[in-house]
Amino acid sequence: MTTPAADPAVLPPEADDPLAGAPHERPPGVAGALRDLARGLLGPILAIITALAVGALIIVFTDPNALDAWRGFFSDPVEALDASWDLIATSYRALFDSSLGSQRALARTLVQSTPLILVGLSVALAFKAGLFNIGGAGQLIAGAMCAAWIGITFDLPLAVHLPMALVAGTVGGGVWGAAIGFLKARTGAHEVITSIMLNFVALRLLDYALTTDTFRRPGRTDPISPEMPGSVRLPVPIDSFRVHIGFLLALAVAWGCWWLLQRTTVGFRMRAVGANPHAARYAGMGVATTTVLSMTIAGGLAGLGGTTILLGSTPRLTGGFFASVGFDAIALALLGRASPIGVVGAGLLFGALQAGSTGMQAKTSTPIDIIFVIQALIILFVAAPAIVRTVWRVKDTRLGAGQRFSAGWGAQ
Amino acid sequence: MTATTAPAPDPRPEVVEETGARRHALMVAGLCAGVGIAAVVLFGLTATSDQVSTLLMNPRGVDTIPNVELPTQIAAFVLGFGAVLLGVQALRVPNPKITVYFGGALGLFALTLVVWAARDGTGAFYGLISGSVARATPIAFGAIAGLLCERSGVINIAIEGMMLAAAFGAAITASATGSLWIGLLCGVLTGAVFGAVHAVISIRYEVDQIVGGTFINIFALGMTSYLAVRVLARYAELNRPGTFRPFQIPLLVEIPFLGPLLFSQNVFGFLMFGLVFFLAWALFNTRWGLRVRAVGEHPRAADTVGIRVRFIRYRNVIYGGMAAGLGGAWFTLGSAGRFDQNMTNGRGFIALAAMIFGRWHPIGALIAALIFGFSEQLNDYLSLLDTPIPSQFLLMAPYVVTIVVVAGLVGRPRVPAANGQVYKSGG
Amino acid sequence: MRVELRGITKRFPGVVANEDVNLVVEPGQVHALLGENGAGKSTLMNVLYGLYRQTEGEVLLDGEPASFTSPADAIAAGIGMVHQHFMLVPVFTVAENVMLGVEPTSAPGVLDRDAARRRVLELSARHGLDVDPDALVEDLPVGVQQRVEILKALYREADCLILDEPTAVLTPSEIDDMLEIIRRLADEGRSVIFISHKLREVRAIADQITILRRGRVVGTTTPDESDEQELASAMVGRDVQLVVDRSEASPTDVVLRVSDLRVRDDRDQLAVADVSFEVRAGEIVAIAGVQGNGQSELVKGIVGLLRPTAGHVELDGVDVTGATTSRMVELGVAHVPEDRQRDGLISSFPVADNLVLNLTRRSPYSRGIRIDRGAIRENADRLVRDFDIRTSSIDAAVGTLSGGNQQKVIVGREMSHTERLLVLSQPTRGLDVGSIQYIHRRIVEARDEGLAVLLNSSELDEVLALADRVIVMYRGGVIGEVTGDEATRDSVGMLMAGART
Repeated sequence: MTTPAADPAVLPPEADDPLAGAPHERPPGVAGALRDLARGLLGPILAIITALAVGALIIVFTDPNALDAWRGFFSDPVEALDASWDLIATSYRALFDSSLGSQRALARTLVQSTPLILVGLSVALAFKAGLFNIGGAGQLIAGAMCAAWIGITFDLPLAVHLPMALVAGTVGGGVWGAAIGFLKARTGAHEVITSIMLNFVALRLLDYALTTDTFRRPGRTDPISPEMPGSVRLPVPIDSFRVHIGFLLALAVAWGCWWLLQRTTVGFRMRAVGANPHAARYAGMGVATTTVLSMTIAGGLAGLGGTTILLGSTPRLTGGFFASVGFDAIALALLGRASPIGVVGAGLLFGALQAGSTGMQAKTSTPIDIIFVIQALIILFVAAPAIVRTVWRVKDTRLGAGQRFSAGWGAQ
Repeated sequence: MTATTAPAPDPRPEVVEETGARRHALMVAGLCAGVGIAAVVLFGLTATSDQVSTLLMNPRGVDTIPNVELPTQIAAFVLGFGAVLLGVQALRVPNPKITVYFGGALGLFALTLVVWAARDGTGAFYGLISGSVARATPIAFGAIAGLLCERSGVINIAIEGMMLAAAFGAAITASATGSLWIGLLCGVLTGAVFGAVHAVISIRYEVDQIVGGTFINIFALGMTSYLAVRVLARYAELNRPGTFRPFQIPLLVEIPFLGPLLFSQNVFGFLMFGLVFFLAWALFNTRWGLRVRAVGEHPRAADTVGIRVRFIRYRNVIYGGMAAGLGGAWFTLGSAGRFDQNMTNGRGFIALAAMIFGRWHPIGALIAALIFGFSEQLNDYLSLLDTPIPSQFLLMAPYVVTIVVVAGLVGRPRVPAANGQVYKSGG
Repeated sequence: MRVELRGITKRFPGVVANEDVNLVVEPGQVHALLGENGAGKSTLMNVLYGLYRQTEGEVLLDGEPASFTSPADAIAAGIGMVHQHFMLVPVFTVAENVMLGVEPTSAPGVLDRDAARRRVLELSARHGLDVDPDALVEDLPVGVQQRVEILKALYREADCLILDEPTAVLTPSEIDDMLEIIRRLADEGRSVIFISHKLREVRAIADQITILRRGRVVGTTTPDESDEQELASAMVGRDVQLVVDRSEASPTDVVLRVSDLRVRDDRDQLAVADVSFEVRAGEIVAIAGVQGNGQSELVKGIVGLLRPTAGHVELDGVDVTGATTSRMVELGVAHVPEDRQRDGLISSFPVADNLVLNLTRRSPYSRGIRIDRGAIRENADRLVRDFDIRTSSIDAAVGTLSGGNQQKVIVGREMSHTERLLVLSQPTRGLDVGSIQYIHRRIVEARDEGLAVLLNSSELDEVLALADRVIVMYRGGVIGEVTGDEATRDSVGMLMAGART
């Protein structure tokens, strides 16, 4: 046998040791944890900044005054830039003022954040279990309707009435979510389609309900329910700071979600099924039951979120009482990386955006729909960190990997 | 050598086990019978023997066929029993296809409902059918859009957003230039652009395709609503595109009932039929179709025989965007004549359901779209006849039907195998 | 066509897959490329086939340098490749698969199916391949699918054929047929490159043998010049101990008893028919056979992943037919699954969590629904020490570990809770020699400690090295059982091929 001259010393050291593991990389202790945190936040923060920047560009280039100024760019460039900067600054300052600039604004922000956090948790929890819950809108409607019924039908002291309504709302949303989970577990129907469809069904149910005697305000022909009685409304503990306890409830629930995911067997199962359903199955964790359970919990969270709207800032059912909370929640769950603490942070941010947008529209006539655009961009930049990286020339590849939901699209 | 001789039977039996097939046939028959009996009970028994349903069979102003007059109760009984008979037939066939039998039974049920609703009155039957075709148009375009993408392996849930954006683009350009055709072209181009965006996000940046699709949906909704307020509200003349007039194919349009139905359409209708049949042929008989399907099923295999996987996916997603653009333009230039915020209102998602219902096949998608269009149009028809079914429930029908379909209750569809997976070629 | 690879080096980020490889194949010659898994054989061929671009070096065809940017170029130059994992679209017909990429057209863009069908029939007849052009590939047995792959290359008039592990999924008699076909193809003037890690087949068919180890050529020889032991040594780089140190077994009570078991696979086809056998404490029973004869389904039916449709499984006398995997774990059964990445581990979870993946519901790891993180960490520290698992920390994601260490996580986890029966499926597939030896040692130790061990392996060498008793499966049934010294390559091999005595 002819053997070419091969110098074993040239081969890298690990080559002969097949048992070598991953190289040592993390600094231990607090410093390491902080560095990880910073790295974890970098992606979302850059995404927000980039989205706001793009939003600013859109605002400028659709504003007639600014456009006029730009038409004369070559004769007076400073004027164009000035006008643009003015517009952006005014818009975003109005946004800031109406959301964080005063005690009233801050209160509004916290109140707006409450349902956002809860529905965001709904989406995030489902993410962790490998499911994309776009059905937040339907679930929150189902929950709110149940809570409304409790509010309208009974007359009980606050200590009983309010918890009843909250529980009813959670259960209603839970049932709506369970339907999605059940369909997926039993038939393989992808949750994106079924949840979108159930959203529409819920909307129509709400429309219908508002025409029935049970739900329609006596004496009115338009679709609006009676006001929720005081015995079922979320109390406001500090009179001067108009925030109801729903906000604290949302924070408590967020902590509960963290505890569930990280410290219980149920949460372990959910995360395992979400990360690798095959291995979960091999380890004896029922994928089907976990799917149903996860969607039920997620639905319940969204239902609770809808209930806090009904029993908090908008104490009556109408066709559109929930505004765009369902969709906002998706963006903020993605932004918060599906972790409970991230969702709280993102929820507060989006609550601020919501609270501020009406003020912004009032002061600068910038339509509030720009918020949708900014949210969509946030989704994009969080999911595609590479785009943000290109824009800002950030070399750190640790902006985070995207999540995958497309598995199981057809009926399996 | 000690080898214990154990019997080694051939474990692959040739005869398919009997019990499973029998149960399936019974289920199909049962469903048909159930539907038929429901029709008899709900419609036959609630009608009285003297009631007569008059069904209008012509478009307005035309008088080719005489109106059909049916004694309501008898018709209901006949149609209901017809569905039951379908069930009986299902028992006699070895492997009754649920789509044919149950679908047929449901069709008879719907027909009974239509006849019953017109008891003691006149039902605009022709209008019901022609309206279904019209409403099916955007859904069909959307389903084709989804199909073009998914056959090459890219999931596209952004059809809704693409259509909405195209509707806006078409309306504004048609109004600005005064030409509907330029508006249509712009709609298609807008769809193509959004298709390109989806392709880049999914293929180049490998973002999960569902997340990417959600981005496009929310972005399109936000942008079009924002611009509608900013631009269209201020300059109302930019929101007056008008609509395409229908035109007729001479001679063919004279065929009773089917003539005016199929051959008197505006450009969207003809494009829809044309595109569906062309694609149905092309997907299975051209080199393009074979390669697209290969890429969607087994991109690695296609790569190893030298096919450019990424290029094909880019191209198909852009084609899909263009089809969605046609669908979107229908809303403004083929139906409403103006742009309203969120005017697509979920039709893009129904198109996805039609695609799945139609087994990712163009003709199947068309049939599904027609069924969905019918259920939308039925709501109009029934409300004109003052039937005591709350309209909200009828409006829910397409969504419920979608869930039923997607849950595989109408058979298990076969997804393109590589759907949704990112394809990485070698170094 | 004379094919020459000169000085080919291929680098990927972090790893050198090929280094300075020289290879010459003459027309009419079968040149075997021999090496272990991961030696760089497939990478080298992917360079030749245009799927990869070499970092350094050149490819010469008939003396002329060739540069490929994609397989299309290689195909055009006359190179055809039959891949180890078939590149066939299951829902297409044979003809559609064969013509994909070089479709004949009757009008611009329109497929000419008849022309393709005719040519497939013609080629099939000429080379004795016996394939129906209109059959759906997904309905064809594996051996026939492989012939379709060969047809693909022939359809494109390949002068050079690359065959990547062509015999991996064939029965011994199909292997003989395949070797004959290959010989004929070479005799017709083609240059054939035969990639394999199977020493016997390589010596049977090759005119020239090149041995690759860690991306480099470590030797060139012919079948006459070297025997199997020498080839094996060259492949691995050290004197390979093909046998594990193993004392005589002393089995005691019956732990597992399987009677008349019937199991259906995911496609609802009968995969296991009337299988019966026993496993005692203190012995290793191996289930041997070519992959696809029901072994996987048998194991799944025993451990609770598939529900048997008939028959019984008894553990220590208790009927556990159709019991869930959790119940089996409770009763002291452990299972190391075939597909470690997919079924055995969750890559993104930390090592510590993976070490208790199927045990979280048991104490001490949880009380009620609360998880005891401390207990999990303690367990992880202990197992990492005991099984010598190389990882930067027990919190590192298990996906960052090497294949060998990942398998040790699974083996460690399962061995840590086995009390009665240890079931292992393909436990050393794809691992380096060091890891294989380590795991084999632990398996024998487990046996010596009194466990009953059931080993499902398609690696005949592993079976012969470890098993006290060998049960051979063929087409869903047990075709024969061989014990102790009578378990030889010949006796077991014959049974695997379906020959009953």
